[in-house]
Formats: sequence, structure tokens, C-alpha cells
Amino acid sequence: MSEPTQVTLCEDGPMLVRGEVVVEDEDGQRHVSSRPVTAVCRCGASSLKPWCDGSHKARAAGGPRARRLGSV
Amino acid sequence: MSTPQTGNGQSMPTLPRARGPLSAALIADLRGETTLVDRTPPEPAPLGSGDEELALWLLYELHHHGFDDAVDGGTEHEWRPDLLALRGDLERRLEQRWRERVAAADLPELPVGAEPADLARAFFALCEADTGAESVARFLQREADEEQLAEVLRQRSIYHVKEQDAAMWTLPRLPDTTKAHLVTIAADEYGNGRPDDLHAQLWARGMRACGLDAAYAAHVDGALPAVLEQNNLMSLLGLHRRLVPAALGHLAAFEVTSAVPSRRVVRGMERLGAPEPMVAYYREHMVADAVHEQLAVRDLVGSYVAEVPGSEPEIAFGAAVCLLAEAATATAVLEHVRRDDETAAGEDVA
Repeated sequence: MSEPTQVTLCEDGPMLVRGEVVVEDEDGQRHVSSRPVTAVCRCGASSLKPWCDGSHKARAAGGPRARRLGSV
Repeated sequence: MSTPQTGNGQSMPTLPRARGPLSAALIADLRGETTLVDRTPPEPAPLGSGDEELALWLLYELHHHGFDDAVDGGTEHEWRPDLLALRGDLERRLEQRWRERVAAADLPELPVGAEPADLARAFFALCEADTGAESVARFLQREADEEQLAEVLRQRSIYHVKEQDAAMWTLPRLPDTTKAHLVTIAADEYGNGRPDDLHAQLWARGMRACGLDAAYAAHVDGALPAVLEQNNLMSLLGLHRRLVPAALGHLAAFEVTSAVPSRRVVRGMERLGAPEPMVAYYREHMVADAVHEQLAVRDLVGSYVAEVPGSEPEIAFGAAVCLLAEAATATAVLEHVRRDDETAAGEDVA
């Protein structure tokens, strides 16, 4: 039997998955990542969903900076 | 003997143009025209001229690919005691300068002995600190024209042709757990076993697609002093065991400040219709560095602090060097591309 998949939840950040991963999105589309570690978006703000692109920082920061980042 | 190469069919770099008395004497020495052995090297021209910055960059490059037009490609120069002594002098000045700059910047500190989650939170907060510099990525996203984009890429190429390399100097000096975490990040940077996916190769493909010279160190003659200094700092931190925690702090801060700016660069390139391979390079970094920043802060830095308690201030120093050197580079690059733009506009009118 293979090792169980290891998943790490990052505070105010993505979910890290070790090993190859397939994510099926809401529309049934399958996204494959063959990176050693993949960051899956948890905040919903990524422009490259289902993968994280660091956009959670703008959401977490709040205030005018967050609004500015969110508007681009 | 066959022509030496840096890899992937690229020829070895040649020695750049001197920028003052010290770099001139060093270049003449490396070419075998004169020698610095048993001589006191000339005093460099003032900082900002690029003389001292280029001299140190040349000395570091002897440990990378050397130079095709140096004696024996520079291999005999690599461990010369007099050149190592010169490098040591220039490094002491560089470190002193940046210790002072970091102290003066008064950035947030990292707590000593904190729980891992608190350390990670503090590290991310440190990387959010306002350095007062304008963002190059934001400039590319909103304002830059094609030539300004090309010039930013030439300046950035000084680093990207040897992406990750300086941080790898630390590998043999790390505790085992930290070593494993650095290799996880580095595997991605070096293509996960697929040479074509090596980030330096993705960069070279992007440069060629933009019609820019993709050869190793092709743009050093035009590199701004601040860009050379930024590169020298990475070598300084990587090459000294004493500075290992600072090198790790630098690497982590570099990753933390990469994903979101990469997204801006992608937007700017799409606005300008830049060639797909160059856009792909930055798109890859949006995804890769969103992973790397978590691994670098939580695993790499986290494991090092667990193994080497009390290393937090030096990790913070390295992170601060990364943030402040990028701020200095951004200021210099933006001033440079905007000035060139005005000059070009003036010529058009004439």
C-alpha cells in the first residue's frame, strides 16, 4: 500500500499537497499538477485557480491596499 | 581543446568593460596583460560608479563560469590568494554597508524563540514592510512600453541566468532537515529532473523570444551598479558559512515577494503583447513561488530555527537585505528606464 497523501493547511494561505495531484473543479474540469509540492487555493481569490497565486495576501491584509490589489 | 561552454550550447561569457581603476586593473590581470600579484590593487572609483560593484561581481563569477578571454578561462584565478584577499576586502565593505542600511531601515523584527506559526506570521509581516520604493512589477503592469520592458528584462537577466545558484552554496552547511527542504524548493527551480524546465532555461527561451541576447552574462556591460550590488549580496550571503541564516532569510524573502509581482508582470506583458515564452516564465513563477514561499518560510526557515535556536536575528537580516536591495534596484531601474525614455523622446523631436 502506498503512503497516505500529506496535506498541509497554511494559515491565511493555501493547502499544500505533496506528490502529483488532480483537482476537479466545480465545472468538472480536471487540473493536473506534477510538482513535488502543489499549493491549492483556499481563499478563492487566485487568478489561476485551482492553484494558489499568492492573492490571499491582499485579502488578508484588509484596508485600502487590499482593495487596490483586489481591483487589478 | 573544445570551446568551453556554460551548458546548452551557450558559449562562455567574455570579460565586460571596466568602469574605473579597480575593475580595469582586475580585468587586465584576468586577461594576463598585467598582474595584481604582489601589488596593492588601485582604490575603486566611488560607489555608484559601478567600479567596486563590478570588481566584486567579477571575482564571484570566477566561482561560476569564469570568462572565455581570461587566462585559462579564469580557472587558475579562482583560488589565487591575492584575489581572495581582494574579494575579502570588498566583501567586508559590502557587508558593513548593508549592516548599516538594515539597521537604519528599522524593519519589523522576527521574534526569538517563538512558536513556528508565530515565526511564520512574523516573517510574512516583515516581507510586507514598506521600503518606500516603487514596484517595478506595477510599472510593467500599467505604464511600461516595449523598450522599457526589454530594458527591465536585460537588467533582471543578470540574476535570472543563474537563478537559485547563489543560495545553493549554503547546501553543504545546512542541518539535514533544512537541507531536505532547500532541495525540495531547488528541485522546482532546476526543472525537477527535466533540463528544459530549469528556470534559467525558461528565462533564456523567453529572452530569445523577445529578440534579446539570452547568453550567460550577456547584459553585464549595461547592468546598473545597484543590479550588480544586488547580485553580489546573494553571493556574499551564500558563500560564507557565518552568513548561512542570512542566506536562508534572503531566499525566503525573495520567494515571499515573487508570486504577486509575477502576476503584475504577466498582466503588463499581456497588455504589451509580449511573446508567450516570456509571459510563460512569469506565469510559472506565479504558481511556483506561491508554493515556494510557504515551503521557504514554514519548512526551510522553520526547520533551521528549530535546529539553530537564536538564529532569528540573522535570518531577519538576510530578509531585510533582500527587501532593501530590491528596493534600491527598483528605484535605480525605474529611474534609468524613464530617463532613457525622455532621452529617446527628445531625439524624436530633434
